[in-house]
Amino acid sequence: MTERAASTVAPLLDLKLVFVTGKGGVGKTTVASALALFASTQGRRVLVCEVDAKGDVAGFYEAPPTSFKEKEILPSLFAMTMDTEASLREYLKLQMRIPVVGRIGPLAKAFDFVATAAPGVREILTVGKLCYEVRERNYDLVVVDAPASGHIIGQLAAPQAINDLVKVGLIRSQTDWMLDILSDPRTTGLVAVCTPEEMPVNETIQLASRLGEETTVSLAAVVVNRVLPELFGRQEEEVFHCIGGPAPMAQLQELVGGDAGPVLEAARLAVTMRRTRATHLDRLRHGIDDTVPMLYLPYLFTRSHGLRTTRQVASSIGEELGY
Amino acid sequence: MARVRISESERTGTTGGATRHSRAPGGEPRSGVLSQQKSIGFRSGSMDGLLAAKEIVVACGPGGVGKTTTAAAAAVMAAVRHGSKVLVLTVDPAKRLADALGLAGIGNTEHRVPDEAFASAGLKPRGQLWAAMLDTKESWDALIHRHAPDRRTRDEILANPLYQNISGRFVQSHDYIAMERLYEIHSESDYDLIVVDTPPTRNALDFLDAPQRMADFFSSRLLRWLIVPYRSRLVNAATKPFYSVADRILGTDFLADISEFFILFQSMYDGFVERSEAVGRLLSDRRTTFAVISTLEAVPLREAEFFAEQLKGRKLHLGAIVLNKVLPDYLHSPEGGVVAETMRDRAESISNELAPVLASIDPDLAAPDQIERVLIEVAESFLNFQVVAVREMEERATLSVAPDVLASVPFFDTDIYDLGGLFRLGEQFWT
Repeated sequence: MTERAASTVAPLLDLKLVFVTGKGGVGKTTVASALALFASTQGRRVLVCEVDAKGDVAGFYEAPPTSFKEKEILPSLFAMTMDTEASLREYLKLQMRIPVVGRIGPLAKAFDFVATAAPGVREILTVGKLCYEVRERNYDLVVVDAPASGHIIGQLAAPQAINDLVKVGLIRSQTDWMLDILSDPRTTGLVAVCTPEEMPVNETIQLASRLGEETTVSLAAVVVNRVLPELFGRQEEEVFHCIGGPAPMAQLQELVGGDAGPVLEAARLAVTMRRTRATHLDRLRHGIDDTVPMLYLPYLFTRSHGLRTTRQVASSIGEELGY
Repeated sequence: MARVRISESERTGTTGGATRHSRAPGGEPRSGVLSQQKSIGFRSGSMDGLLAAKEIVVACGPGGVGKTTTAAAAAVMAAVRHGSKVLVLTVDPAKRLADALGLAGIGNTEHRVPDEAFASAGLKPRGQLWAAMLDTKESWDALIHRHAPDRRTRDEILANPLYQNISGRFVQSHDYIAMERLYEIHSESDYDLIVVDTPPTRNALDFLDAPQRMADFFSSRLLRWLIVPYRSRLVNAATKPFYSVADRILGTDFLADISEFFILFQSMYDGFVERSEAVGRLLSDRRTTFAVISTLEAVPLREAEFFAEQLKGRKLHLGAIVLNKVLPDYLHSPEGGVVAETMRDRAESISNELAPVLASIDPDLAAPDQIERVLIEVAESFLNFQVVAVREMEERATLSVAPDVLASVPFFDTDIYDLGGLFRLGEQFWT
């Protein structure tokens, strides 16, 4: 680990810009939605921005689809979807005073082209829009449902990469203030979501070290999602094994009036699963700097997803943050 | 492995893809036994049959569902059960899986998994298993070596800062290069079956569009448009506003860099476009099939379903849907639910009656309140998991696409990282 993490980790809700990332399937969007919701219930004016454009965020709030123009979907909680072309248009209008209206056609075509040709342009427009909202103090907190951990580094490193590639020009002068915002650990942080499984843990550890090496953004927290409950203490587990023996089992079946086999089998599954996961959790703790807070969120045995689940996760986040 | 010689036209892809009828000279034909088996037909609707009938299986689906493991398991099964020479082309395997396949530090090179590795897992493969990893940067460089018209151009491209950025970081370049590598291996080697794991993408469809996008990109009018002023310094009235904006945003030097890069790249234009078209044809060839991997969780499953529909819409062959990490059947049983509720609600009286039996086995374990706590935990855990299992069953019932093969793989409570584990997993979806 680099000295980056040393004692500079700010309380999560005091940050202005939080990127939430993680390997696919670990619940990145759930955590981003819940974190934003929790912050909004703590009196923060919050913008949650979906960068992946899968349209999931709206679903987590049971709200209508979001767009580039932010919308208040719950009290002091605003949501938007990133659209790099719209971001470019806004940028040109605000920064360069270019009358865009008449030129949207060729500009859009040209944009798509330049964005493909010049790596980092798309990324800089995304990061630029987010940093702009922070700089203008439009919100207390901007929560980003960021790309998965495989892609986030490229996005966060874009301002630096552009700085290296482009020697002069307007973009160059624009990247400096973005870098200021991204590099300040009291302003910007990354939340890595992971589950206690092999690949998510590997990716999280890898992400933490690449973040330090390739970007100036700090790791603000690691969220361990879907942690299974511990069923037994050590002696209780012995009792459990004993109940599974032939004589106690025969009597148990008689007492409950049915086949108790599946019920005990399910508990065995739960115990082994938790044990396998515990080894990955250990690796995670060893692989991440001690100063980075870890938040543990329980596995939810729920029927469905939606606002109710998001509220449940939000309150777990609140508890973990000590509220 | 021994590389076979191929003609130049095949190398550039002009006769590749759908027009390749026979194996390259030097390649081994399928074994006689296998051909016989094929003629009498494998059980249709099984993974067994699918993997015997196809030459390429593309494993795709949302992130975090076990794509890499499933692809590896399918390859192991085909190597063990069929007499085929199988390659698994994987993108980013877990370290332990990479070790099991002998991939550590191997990168782009194809590598045979030794029979001893199978033997130590108690397996005796009838065929051969080969494995390779996808190294994006290395594959891009190989592509430049292939298409560059001369050494000078080649070296200039390899040294161009934009190229280095694109090949290293440019997100979509993974998608293209994975399909490109697949094409290369398929046309230049003699595998009976290639199982490809697809890179994690923002959108599971990206890699399908990648070859076309690459072709469009290099044949784009805009590309020529952008290059013009740096060739002739002639800027006409129509393009002038664009340049003045681009200049102000990006700076002239950067624009010049871009142009130089594309001027260099244009020399490879024909090779690139033909090649990407050939890659596209290979994907829609009838010897290629797609296996969509998912779990029964709502979000990934919807994504997988959307993907399966897109495949059909593009007339690509949806061979299989593999549902991973499915909770065991016994969790669905209504009787189990009743038993668990009784166990929880009457835990106190049950534990009092159970205590003497336990005491006769081990007096230390006979405290009734402790037994009660255990019974309640066990019962509630069952009921909790039952909620999830029932939800999964309902998700499965609403699946709107019908592939040739719909397979379920149960939840494995331990990690799978060796050949034995892959085989056990593969057995679950085999028939």
